[in-house]
Amino acid sequence: MKPTNTGDPDYFHKVVDCQWACPAHTPVPEYIRLIAQGEFTEAYMVNRRSNVFPGILGRVCDRPCEPACRRGRVEEEPVAICRLKRVAADHRDEVSHLVPQKPAHTNGRKIALIGAGPASLTVANDLAPLGYECTIFEAMHRPGGLMISNIPSFRLPEEVLDEEIGYILNMGVDLKLNHRIESMKAMLEADYDAIFIGSGAPKGKDLKIEGREEADANIHIGIDWLESVAFEHIEKIGKKVLIIGVGNTAMDCCRSSLRLGADDVKVMARKPREFFKASPWELEDAEDENVEILVNHSPKRFVTENGKLVGMEFELMEYDLDARGNITATRNTGTTIIPCDDVILAIGQENAFPWIERDIGLEFDKWGVPIVDTTTYQSTIPGVFFGGDSAFGPKNIIWAVEHGHQAAISIHKHCEKTDLAARMPRGVNLQSAKMGVNEWMYSNDYERGQRGVMPLVELKARLGNRKIEVEMGYTAEQIHTEVQRCLNCDVQTVFDPPLCKECDACIDICPVDCLSIVENGDEGELRTRLKAPADNLDQALYVSAPLKDTGRVMVKDEDLCLHCGLCAERCPTAAWDMQDGDILIPHVDDEARRVAAE
Amino acid sequence: MTSMSKPLIDKHLPRNKLNLTVRDYEGSMSTLCAGCGHDSVTAALVQAFWQLDLPPHSAAKISGIGCSSKTTAYFMGQSHGINCVHGRMPSVATGANAVNGDLHYIGISGDGDSLSIGFGQFAHAIRRNLNMLYVLENNGVYGLTKGQFSASADIGTKSKKGIANEQSPIDPCVQALTLGAGFVARAFSGDKSQLVPLIQAGLMHKGFALIDVISPCVTFNDHAGSTKSYAHTFKYYHPLVHTDFVAHHEEITADTSEGGAITVTMHDGGILKLRKTDDDYDPRDRAQAIETLLLGDRSGEIRTGLLYVNEDMADMHAANHLPKTPLNALPYEALTPGRAALAKLQGRWK
Repeated sequence: MKPTNTGDPDYFHKVVDCQWACPAHTPVPEYIRLIAQGEFTEAYMVNRRSNVFPGILGRVCDRPCEPACRRGRVEEEPVAICRLKRVAADHRDEVSHLVPQKPAHTNGRKIALIGAGPASLTVANDLAPLGYECTIFEAMHRPGGLMISNIPSFRLPEEVLDEEIGYILNMGVDLKLNHRIESMKAMLEADYDAIFIGSGAPKGKDLKIEGREEADANIHIGIDWLESVAFEHIEKIGKKVLIIGVGNTAMDCCRSSLRLGADDVKVMARKPREFFKASPWELEDAEDENVEILVNHSPKRFVTENGKLVGMEFELMEYDLDARGNITATRNTGTTIIPCDDVILAIGQENAFPWIERDIGLEFDKWGVPIVDTTTYQSTIPGVFFGGDSAFGPKNIIWAVEHGHQAAISIHKHCEKTDLAARMPRGVNLQSAKMGVNEWMYSNDYERGQRGVMPLVELKARLGNRKIEVEMGYTAEQIHTEVQRCLNCDVQTVFDPPLCKECDACIDICPVDCLSIVENGDEGELRTRLKAPADNLDQALYVSAPLKDTGRVMVKDEDLCLHCGLCAERCPTAAWDMQDGDILIPHVDDEARRVAAE
Repeated sequence: MTSMSKPLIDKHLPRNKLNLTVRDYEGSMSTLCAGCGHDSVTAALVQAFWQLDLPPHSAAKISGIGCSSKTTAYFMGQSHGINCVHGRMPSVATGANAVNGDLHYIGISGDGDSLSIGFGQFAHAIRRNLNMLYVLENNGVYGLTKGQFSASADIGTKSKKGIANEQSPIDPCVQALTLGAGFVARAFSGDKSQLVPLIQAGLMHKGFALIDVISPCVTFNDHAGSTKSYAHTFKYYHPLVHTDFVAHHEEITADTSEGGAITVTMHDGGILKLRKTDDDYDPRDRAQAIETLLLGDRSGEIRTGLLYVNEDMADMHAANHLPKTPLNALPYEALTPGRAALAKLQGRWK
């Protein structure tokens, strides 16, 4: 293999699995170290820079970082990254003077943002401090988009939402509530330099089967129903409730039902558990509240008596799976009727643009999804951008935030009349973490503690009030252990080949056998003859230049490295060094500063 | 040394026949200098014992004084061990071996401990053919007293301050060959592919097995001008034979029984496969071994590998007709036969 090009910013970025997996590339180990030092405000600000809503995401993020976490490969459970984000948000001091401020003068450029969800709010957060005049149009009477209408208060308290949205509105953003945009054509004709569409995926899917019309009064579309609950238009539901679908919206529906008076809630899944779309922790939370999840039930018809819903008939399914877990055969083994008072449909949602005229040059694909560039987020009309669920269909808040960051860069470039695609590259900045003999700027010892279990409000108390936040946040002891569980993957192992004397000290001390000095070869073959076989092909091999005494190469398998620094402590010549790697992710202010510097 | 001991992560590790991972054969944290060859020898010992499925409680580690002698604490933390008087490791090993021939005796020594203060002990352990693995971690200097030349320092090698040694070195392998040892090997801490099978073979050899391991002192003898540095050893390193050790319970595959190899059956049924590298060298020929080592001194090559092996010698136990059962396993009546038996014994000299 050729020596690894560690000058490529993505090489060391990939080693930080959590940061690489995060759509917004939040520097997770960095803020966890700040929490460990008690610097909660700093930790919050590091978060806010990349993900804008640490308090919100610390509660309801979909956590793509956690399945990626190296700790989950070394032992069973990853670091509770999301929980720690909330720790930073809960324990911080006042930050209103630290967040980007309303500028003294605007630059006269007008940006329209449609929908006050996380995508538009992120665009405003990035552009308003630079002087852009941002106007957000929101159809509802409160900002937040799906964060307020679809996520129940028992998971995300309104105060948290209001505070973090407030920081952005205070930057001089004009928020027009109860202002539904009815015509894109009119928007284009208005005097805006750019338009950003972050109107979400507001249309819940319906289930058109027998009895649908007759039972309509007791059949609810999940996301609409959640919105009505959030805005207090609905305050009760029947005793027996069936939820159709088993995604995260279904979990919010079943738990909300329990708080509105239901005492027998069943979630009906068409397929076996391994096909569920809901996050494992959301399933767990629902089952913890005695929600029953029934698998292999496919909806057949709504059963009515005297024009009123009394139950639902399901086909009982059986599936054959192959070794990879794919369904190879489906059988119907009979039917069953399950009595119920209400049914909530949570079987997916779509983006819908009835307000965008189809003759204005804005193109859609055959599924009615707008054609949007995946780098610039620009539509087929220059100056019109999409982000969040409205761009590529339902994803998560953290994706909407990243879309917002990227769209903000594009909007700035559009206004500056520069090439949208010529964006600042990512960078990496390495500096030695050495403080003295065997002393590092991070705690390198391995914490054996297990992942903390979130303390929850007692069941009876939480079901009595839908606004009581169920998760209480980590205790001081749990925080102490959890921060130490982070392996500091951003403190990189960096090798300097000419210094190596091939004494094997690093190889002998490595607790996970990830180092080898071997004859070079092709990657596939090299992976088999390292000290421990490098079986995880998703993780890179770090290959050095030939060593001076034998011409062999140092190879590091990045898979299980604990970043404990023992190789560097044992190295007599400091050929191995632990270096703090800052991954530079450019935002629009970086782009603006670069232009200013030129 | 490191600031902390190695974290125990063993989820990914294979297990041997005793259901132990290689980590179960480690000892406490090394306090030697970072980069010391001895730590690498320790790692090779750990690897070799794990591969041999050696129950840790069946081994006894014995050492004298010196950097090398500290290392018995760093492997097989669950075996027997004693760190005894400077240069007296062979005496203690002899005593232990006499009363319990069932244990595997592992002596760890250095060039000071074996070739100066303990030279006489070293020679007599060989003469008695004590059944033990004797690892001599050889770095040419006294590391614990800050780098004076030891008895194994080559003529012309330079100290850290640039002074050349003018005294003749003692070569432990030549000494062992002339004293009649049945297993003599030389290795390098920087090449575990050679060292690990030699340790396994040495431990399975019935009788005295010497492995002289060049194990650089990274602090006092790893500079330009030293003949025991990493760079010098890599440059002149020359294995004469490649050794594969096949334990008796392993199947002999084509890979290990290729043509041209010399096969030596060990006492316990294990097999040594010795492959010549480029020389016409036969490790069963003692005279050739001595000649090669003495010539090697002039060419500058460091000749390594299993230099001599003879499996047909009686060890101390056999030669002295010592009891097969360890004394600690004998019944009380046999161990202390009583007044009458004593009187009968004394009667023989009346």
